[in-house]
Amino acid sequence: MHGRLYATIVKELWALLRDPRSRILLVVPPVVQLFVIGFATTLEVKNFDVGVYDRDGGAYSREYIERLRGSPNVGRIVSLASPGEVRAAIDERAVIAVVMFDARFSADLAAGRPTVIQAILDGRRSNSSQIVAGYLGDIAAGIGAELRPGPGSAGTAANSESVISHWFNPNLDYLWFAMPSLIVIVGMVTGLAMTAQSVARERELGTFDQLMVSPLRVHEILIGKMVPPLLIGLLNATVYVLIIAFGFGIPLTGSVSLFFVALVFYLLALIGVGMLVSAVSQTQQQAFLGAFLVTVPAVVLSGYATPIDNMPYWLQLVAEGNPSKHFLIVTEGVFLKALPALEILRNTWPLALIALLTLAASSLLFRSRME
Amino acid sequence: MSARFEPRRLRAMLLKESLQIVRDPSTFLIAFVLPLILLFLFGYAISLDPQRTRIGLVLEDPGTPAASLAQAFENSRWFEVTGTRDLPALKRDLTAGRVRGIIVIPQDFSRRLQIPGERAQIQIITDGATPNAAGFVAGYAEGVRASWAAAQAASGNAALPLELVARYWFNPDLASHYFLIPGSVVIVMTMIGTLLTALVVAREWERGTMEAIMATPVTMAELLATKVIPYFLLGLVSMALCTSIAIFVFGVPFRGSLLGLLAISSAFLVPALGQGLLISAASKNQFVASQIALISGFLPAMVLSGFMFEIPSMPAPIRLITYLVPARYLVPSLQSVFLVGDLWGLFLRDIGIMLAFGALFFALALRATHRKVA
Repeated sequence: MHGRLYATIVKELWALLRDPRSRILLVVPPVVQLFVIGFATTLEVKNFDVGVYDRDGGAYSREYIERLRGSPNVGRIVSLASPGEVRAAIDERAVIAVVMFDARFSADLAAGRPTVIQAILDGRRSNSSQIVAGYLGDIAAGIGAELRPGPGSAGTAANSESVISHWFNPNLDYLWFAMPSLIVIVGMVTGLAMTAQSVARERELGTFDQLMVSPLRVHEILIGKMVPPLLIGLLNATVYVLIIAFGFGIPLTGSVSLFFVALVFYLLALIGVGMLVSAVSQTQQQAFLGAFLVTVPAVVLSGYATPIDNMPYWLQLVAEGNPSKHFLIVTEGVFLKALPALEILRNTWPLALIALLTLAASSLLFRSRME
Repeated sequence: MSARFEPRRLRAMLLKESLQIVRDPSTFLIAFVLPLILLFLFGYAISLDPQRTRIGLVLEDPGTPAASLAQAFENSRWFEVTGTRDLPALKRDLTAGRVRGIIVIPQDFSRRLQIPGERAQIQIITDGATPNAAGFVAGYAEGVRASWAAAQAASGNAALPLELVARYWFNPDLASHYFLIPGSVVIVMTMIGTLLTALVVAREWERGTMEAIMATPVTMAELLATKVIPYFLLGLVSMALCTSIAIFVFGVPFRGSLLGLLAISSAFLVPALGQGLLISAASKNQFVASQIALISGFLPAMVLSGFMFEIPSMPAPIRLITYLVPARYLVPSLQSVFLVGDLWGLFLRDIGIMLAFGALFFALALRATHRKVA
């Protein structure tokens, strides 16, 4: 039996690695994705262009514009001369925001009258606009505070203040979050696509029937199909961990060996889901699109793009069945948080359960097709 | 080989392709099920709007001011507070991700508050492993303290000398699904144009039926046209489905014209289909084609088109790459036709760029096909 299993594993590895283009595709795109997605998926707002419609031209509006220019987050400042230009600049997305000063702006401020700066923001990008409005408001508040030192400095609560500390990632570096997450996300995209297509390809070419009539048992065929994606997944994840820890210097604080234990169960869960897709597909095309149809919701419900806590309760329940949700907690934890062993195990057993259920179900499906 | 069209032949070929599309359940999956799932997820699951975040509160100070500050946190609409005196337990919760932040009001807070010149500090601890949530918790917690302090001061003279009043055009309620749902149309059309076309044509190459068709009197131009036209129509049908759901189910405003929507989405389908043909002609293998389509079509549309992530915030090399992504030119026009109205100045510029990409992709696809046959 050992000889048969060994032979089928060798055959599956050859099937995957024989084509030089497939070999390249298994290793190069994941690394490219790590860099492109890692750097591109930031929800920070930097380097944005702001329009200025200054009907005042006085000392205070110039002071504001100077401070705007000095802000590290602002890209270009565009001078606008009329309401028509303001509208066009926003409409055509030349700027994300326009600040407007009244003709009497500096005079009012100098006379001590409470004054406002109007800002128009692009609601098509409402999330970024809100952050930009925050920056613009901070500059206004800064000028205001210098004009009139804070009201009631002898008041009862004026001397309270907050000390903010960000644990695990003191500078809130977005890369520290994005890079480890991509082990989970890219691993899933590659793993699901690879497994789903393995059986479907044989079926489309008619060679699956040949496998079925060979002396191989169903579980031996399945194990043979599982080994290549498992090995490739382990290889890619190891490369990722090395790049992230040594290339980017992102702290790896937790137990690496427990991380790999959880990784094996994560890959098995992905392979199980991929097998299930493969089992119900007739052609490679169906298998690939089916895997894609599973991947997209799984990415969304992993907690990578937006926190799961913010989703409706019933969707949070659905997310419990999503392998990447659990493994994301492990990965983030092992990199940044020195996650205790107990917490790693608490997120590993659901992976084992998903793997067990999906592999058992696909084994049943294949068996029923054989008879 | 001449590039002339023979109407009867073209009709027969179009019929063949259309039947293939209709008979394949996976086409149905990608053109109708995927859009529904995407819209559903972008409508319900993904939200970039601030919401109630779970935090822990440690109240070490029995004094009245500390209690009123704690109450301010309890009442805040931004936080869901787990009150406890047990800091170590909360730290474990923070590590496990069960709370996103901890507020500590220390023992001497009330006492220090009474002494002028002293600083009465509260501690805000966030989970930096999720930077967005951490920034949110820090900002809003500090806001709760500041407005509590202002209310406590209550000396009347609280009017700020200079304030910024922000108005948000097009989307005054700041609903993120107003721009996320039109964005998902980009994903759906990329899937149909690039991924589906690449797979279908690669399958013909893989099985050898492409060579069989080429051996017939069908001209090259007819062949490409019959591969492109059915998927072009399928893309538009799927776009119409997405748009109807966006408007009628999710209440996204539609302020432009149908003509504008049709013009920009048709223009986008040209480079999308051209890319699909190019990938299949260059790879001739379904596995390779699917992976390339995923990486060169789906991922850029999702990540580099500016629909979820701000392009100006990206590092310069990545920003340069975004100029090569056709979807980048669709997103601004598509969001505008929903939320602003017809901005033909913007539309025509983007349509021009998309068609230029389309022409390039088709020329390359034609060359790759010729070479394969030769």
